[in-house]
Amino acid sequence: MVEAHRLEKRFGDFVAVDGVDFTIEAGESFGFLGPNGAGKTSTMRMISCISPVSGGTLRVMGMDPATQGAQIRARMGLVPQEDSLDLDLTVLDNLMIYGRYFDMPKKVIRSRADQLLEFAQLTDRAHDRVDPLSGGMKRRLTIARALISDPDLLILDEPTTGLDPQARHLLWDRLYRLKQQGVTLVITTHYMDEAEQLCDRLVVMDKGRFAAEGSPRALIEQHATKEVVELRFRPGQHESVAPGAAELAERHEVLPDRILLYTDDGDAVLEAVAAKGLAPQSTLVRRSTLEDVFLRLTGRTLVD
Amino acid sequence: MSRAETLLFEHGELVPARRMATPMWLRAARYWAYQYKRTWRSSIFTSFLIPVLYLTSMGVALGSLIDKHSHGVDGVTYVAYLAPGLLAATCMQIGVNDTTWPVMGAIKWMRTYLAMLAGPLDVYDVLLGHLAWVAARLGIVVTIYLAVMAAFGTVLSPWALLALPAGVLTGMSFAAPIAAFSATQDTDTAFSTIYRLGVVPLFLFSGTFFPISQLPHLLEYLAYITPLYHGVALCRDLTLGHVHLWVDLGHAAYLCAWVGAGYALGRRTFSRRLVV
Repeated sequence: MVEAHRLEKRFGDFVAVDGVDFTIEAGESFGFLGPNGAGKTSTMRMISCISPVSGGTLRVMGMDPATQGAQIRARMGLVPQEDSLDLDLTVLDNLMIYGRYFDMPKKVIRSRADQLLEFAQLTDRAHDRVDPLSGGMKRRLTIARALISDPDLLILDEPTTGLDPQARHLLWDRLYRLKQQGVTLVITTHYMDEAEQLCDRLVVMDKGRFAAEGSPRALIEQHATKEVVELRFRPGQHESVAPGAAELAERHEVLPDRILLYTDDGDAVLEAVAAKGLAPQSTLVRRSTLEDVFLRLTGRTLVD
Repeated sequence: MSRAETLLFEHGELVPARRMATPMWLRAARYWAYQYKRTWRSSIFTSFLIPVLYLTSMGVALGSLIDKHSHGVDGVTYVAYLAPGLLAATCMQIGVNDTTWPVMGAIKWMRTYLAMLAGPLDVYDVLLGHLAWVAARLGIVVTIYLAVMAAFGTVLSPWALLALPAGVLTGMSFAAPIAAFSATQDTDTAFSTIYRLGVVPLFLFSGTFFPISQLPHLLEYLAYITPLYHGVALCRDLTLGHVHLWVDLGHAAYLCAWVGAGYALGRRTFSRRLVV
């Protein structure tokens, strides 16, 4: 579906995407994970044929974005990072207008819009103006709109950023259903849980390059341990306690607000911590996540 | 199983292929027409009201004084002289108005252009579509204006029919370059400057209200450069029936040059702004 070879994006002297290679298969759900400024959005904008490629080659659906951008975009749905809905028009009008860009007959758009409004749980708001809708509703409408032309490839740039947990879970559920229907999804996110929920395969992006790639599970297995023990001490105590705590685990990270100990047996480590006389204010044993993978690969956390 | 799930369409269920695809720029223009449907009543009403008010106060009331003292201007009553000037000036205002805030809104506030570009349209379609809509709207306004002028007895020749394209052309000679300019702006502060230092002086000193030969020489030559002067002269020759073929073709050609240059510039500024 998408093939990139030594793909580059430069803005003047600044290199946003620094020669990355990847292949996205039809029907797969592929994620770009990374902090803000990692080059995710630039990569997405090149795939969606909005932003010209600065170097390397890119093929989308076998076509060249530089010369066949319009044909590619005609078979693609794009959910940009910032909604571009027409706030003065109604929910239904937004879908109608968008369908007309694809030159779909009004009747076809109308019947498809009904299905999509149902899908996006916006049926009862169809004739309301968009402006007063909640962030989650606007996001769902943007996704419904991107689906109006029955795209083969759906591109979502940070689909749930800024939404409350309930709205996010609803969106994930909708996206999961699309995936079940065979729509190829390409997603950027800086949320680990989102990537774990939605992506079959993902790349971890940092400073324009790929730090790692694989399935969420494989990445965790490869770059993190089975469990993580989180220890919180009083502010200022971390540095003095860290060396002692570090001996108890395979690997550790000292963050401003907590110490992370990587191990395959969290409870055992926790007992060892207590036996050593260390008295954290609070403790937590949890499974490793992509957050830990990212920390391991880049030495930084994803969301500051 | 929820209701939504049972209603989900099958992916790959194809949209019927159309025999004739609508040109891309027309799809963009269709958006603006769709928008217009919300406000067309008040917009049409305003298009009637403005010429009625102006022609009544300045054309008929003030004009009767002028006619009494100097027997009209250029051999016709003042209202007949004024009306085509106001027509051209109105076209200028619409041309500027529809390509300042709306262009900025479509780039920054509502991001309408970006929504278009996410589909099969490209940046030239977006520009051309917007300008085509401005031209269509000018066509509506000029038609109404000419009807009002006729009611005031100021349409003196069948040539006046050509004032329709002439008015549209006048408006577009502003719309095309201003759209190009608007795409370079990050805030709307420059737009009020355009009005203060551009639209208002042009409105007053481009031959709308009096012949520019009344101006000091320097200003007179300055007026020749502005597209509005040529738009006013062209519309006036047509509605009064004082057509001088080569001169009027010259006016039209000059206006076309502004449209062409503005469009060429717009292709560059729109690309630079929207394709990054």
